[in-house]
Amino acid sequence: MLHNLTRIRPILVLLVPLLLATGCFPSHPQSTFEAAGPVAESQLQLFYIIFWAAVFVFVVVNGAFIYTFIRYRRRANETQLPKQTHGHTVLEIAWTIAPMIILAIIAVPTITTIFYTADPPPGQTLELKVTAHQWWWEFEYPGLGISTANELHVPVGTAVDVTLESKDVIHSFWIPKLAGKMDLVPGHSNKMWFQADRSGEFYGLCAEFCGTAHAQMRFMVHAESPDDFDAWVNSIKAKPADMTGLAAKGKDVFVNKGFDGILQGETVKAQRCAFCHTVEGLAIRGAVGPVLTHVGGRATIGAGIIDNNTDNLKSWLVDPDKMKPGVGMPVLDIPDDDLNALVAYLEALK
Amino acid sequence: MAVASSRKYSILRRPTVATGWAGWLVTVDHKRIGILYGVTSVLFFLLGGLEAITLRLQLSHPDNALVSPDVFSQLFTMHALTMIFLAIMPLSVAFFNIIIPLQIGARDVAFPRLNALSYWVYLFGGLLLNAGWFFGRAPGAGWFAYSPLTSTAFDVAGGMDFYVLGLLVLGTSSMAGAFNFLVTIINMRAPGMTLMRMPVFTWMTLITSFLLVTAMPVITVALIELGFDRFVGTNFFNPSLGGDPVLWQHLFWVFGHPEVYILILPAMGIVSEILPTFSKKPLFGYPFIVLSGVFIGFMGWTVWSHHMFTVGLGPVANATFAVTTILIAVPTGVKIFNWLGTLWGGSIEFNTTMLFALGFVILFIIGGLSGVTHAAVPADAQQQDTYYIVAHLHYVLFGGSIFGLFAGIYYWFPKVTGRLMNEKLGKLNFWLLFIGMNLTFAPMHWVGLDGMPRRIYTYDSNMGWDFWNLFATVGSWVILLGVLVFLHNIVKSYRKGEPSASDPWDGRTLEWAIPSPPPEYNFAQIPTVTGRDAFWSEKYIENEDGVPIPVKKPSKTNTKGAGEIHMPGLSYFPFVTALGMAIGFFGVLIHISVMVVGLVIMLFGIYGWAFEPADPEPESGSH
Repeated sequence: MLHNLTRIRPILVLLVPLLLATGCFPSHPQSTFEAAGPVAESQLQLFYIIFWAAVFVFVVVNGAFIYTFIRYRRRANETQLPKQTHGHTVLEIAWTIAPMIILAIIAVPTITTIFYTADPPPGQTLELKVTAHQWWWEFEYPGLGISTANELHVPVGTAVDVTLESKDVIHSFWIPKLAGKMDLVPGHSNKMWFQADRSGEFYGLCAEFCGTAHAQMRFMVHAESPDDFDAWVNSIKAKPADMTGLAAKGKDVFVNKGFDGILQGETVKAQRCAFCHTVEGLAIRGAVGPVLTHVGGRATIGAGIIDNNTDNLKSWLVDPDKMKPGVGMPVLDIPDDDLNALVAYLEALK
Repeated sequence: MAVASSRKYSILRRPTVATGWAGWLVTVDHKRIGILYGVTSVLFFLLGGLEAITLRLQLSHPDNALVSPDVFSQLFTMHALTMIFLAIMPLSVAFFNIIIPLQIGARDVAFPRLNALSYWVYLFGGLLLNAGWFFGRAPGAGWFAYSPLTSTAFDVAGGMDFYVLGLLVLGTSSMAGAFNFLVTIINMRAPGMTLMRMPVFTWMTLITSFLLVTAMPVITVALIELGFDRFVGTNFFNPSLGGDPVLWQHLFWVFGHPEVYILILPAMGIVSEILPTFSKKPLFGYPFIVLSGVFIGFMGWTVWSHHMFTVGLGPVANATFAVTTILIAVPTGVKIFNWLGTLWGGSIEFNTTMLFALGFVILFIIGGLSGVTHAAVPADAQQQDTYYIVAHLHYVLFGGSIFGLFAGIYYWFPKVTGRLMNEKLGKLNFWLLFIGMNLTFAPMHWVGLDGMPRRIYTYDSNMGWDFWNLFATVGSWVILLGVLVFLHNIVKSYRKGEPSASDPWDGRTLEWAIPSPPPEYNFAQIPTVTGRDAFWSEKYIENEDGVPIPVKKPSKTNTKGAGEIHMPGLSYFPFVTALGMAIGFFGVLIHISVMVVGLVIMLFGIYGWAFEPADPEPESGSH
């Protein structure tokens, strides 16, 4: 195989500038070539083994075909038909066995990697329960007693032991730089694990078609130093600060005020924010939409689709269906002063 | 005689006129039914292609809003269903119909009326599947239709009704057709044509038919369960009441993987006919090509869970299915190496037919190799549901099946029409498709591994996928151009193409022994077969060096007039039965009275089918 690597190196030398010129080598948010943890790394290594074996086979076999095309093309001056060969038993055996050897070589790391990626290594792990909803993610840390939505925080260097469930249809949990995907199937409880080896923000997404807003069912993973992670856990455990001024009004609107609106073509009446969303510490707990306890501290809204800032929050509250067609949140008729108060409240929920 | 006199008053008559458009409704001639299959499947191929062009336009740049998310999911669902069930499968069946009786030296298929029924049921099933467009709710949960997205709770618009009913109808057509070809190939071969003397295309048709009659019942069961869930309120796949969505996946892929070989084996058979013809050598390693086809057919049943590597079946199941999947590469490799052996030492002519056949080999190798990368479960965890899979499956189904079928069209067009296809346009057609398909699908390998999931209608610019998506969209227009050149070539060559001799390619198999187009009865005298390449061995003998020397044969004279050959009579009833069936199924969506009307028409069709006279009544019925 090494011999063939050197043979195709000139092609690669030509290929790399082409790829660079067309802008595909720069770091991309969901590239599987930039593994940042042991699971993604082992998957990438396995891919490379098979990829180079495939390149070898491709070059040899298609090379043989092209050589045959050229050598045995029909010439104008041919007078007699070619010799009629019917087969060759030794050749048949050879080209049955040769691929089997290559495939056996591929099968060994495949099987070892299957078992390696199946269970987290022994030792300290962080338990995480992921529940998928159309079209957002619920993240629960059973060992820590906290839960959040659409933004995942994990400590660097710790294996995360994930349990995956779904509330409605089948989804698939995928963080390209940390681990390949695993489906979330209603009625089943799946397991996977991943680990981040460096700190950073990693894009996650739903990979299984799950309905209208499938393209916008994303999330963000924040891999942090253990200290930063502990600090984040404590901030989530802490009660949101007392609301003052506009934010206090917003809290009142959130809990007590009903708005009429439209949900997927149907009229809805007197919808209160708190009917659907939970904010810890309130007397009322909704369970339909994402938990908003610390929404002000999140980087994105709408399940990872857009930056969390005042303008976007406002646009979202005015017409969520425009930003995320199909979304389960109704388009409500919210007067401007209530809108500003709600935005102030949500931003204050840090 | 009582029966004879009652006939005078019977409504059950055999049609007598086989010309005009009405002639197509009542035909039972395998060649004409084959043409119906061919034309219909090419029309559906265009429809599926326009759906694909629209998908590519939507994805040409980030945050595009050409179509809504729901229309987008209907388009990708219908594109797959159309291409698989309405284009590739029936185009293969067109070749089964036209070529198989000719290759085995028969005058028709075993059950000519059943053959006509298969076609009409296919046509009506295809229309039913597409009827959702006219109701603003085509199926939109993906062609794989993963439950519970297909339940009435999540498919609120109801597009999956058309999926359930359309595929049930189409499955009937496939079953009837497959049984017909099984019986035809097993029972109706000319004397002397033993199994191991059959042309490879006939062999692959036999294997494909076995796969169809065993795989179709599985999807039928799944569809009936899904239909019950939707129409009656059962809970086969409803997890909240004890049903299991993974059951659907098993049923679907137990059908779905053999289906993949149903799509590719006919193309492999076609290519195995073309490579020997245009390299002037017999197929290298015939028994190995045949047995590897049998092995692929068999192994097709042992790999379904490789579509489910991320479902959470556990490492033991995943490892098992990884190994079975990897094993399939062996018989596939054997086929490819034997094709190489066929070309080696030959006299290779690069006409359009051969270019498509060789294009098939090259592109299929790429698709096969990327397939091995998904067999490795952990690598697949990164690839599953990304554009990398889209790239792989199009190299296999477009580069493979479609190129093989196009090769077949160029190869057999002269036999069917008596005219050659235009070579200049043909080569333009080939190069546009070959370049276009690589421009479109090669970059998808990259964007897939760069993290672009399938079935998303929009993506952000910061993902870095903009360039290659636009590139692929441009490529899709090159494909479209190639298809337009193909259509132009077909129409032009059909109207005023160069007339073809009966044996334009110096062919090897029996279809080239009879005139082009063949007479209704195909063979004036049923041939006697003495070896493989039955027609070639009549034309040449090999000298001691194995070089073929033409033999001068006394030109055969037709001793028997066509009038004396008894051919199956025309019939109205396949059409009537199929129409009733389609109306009945459509009635499920409309009203029970429509169902009843359809059922009555269908029962009348079956009654007429059973009791119509064997032959048209003589003009003056004086019994």
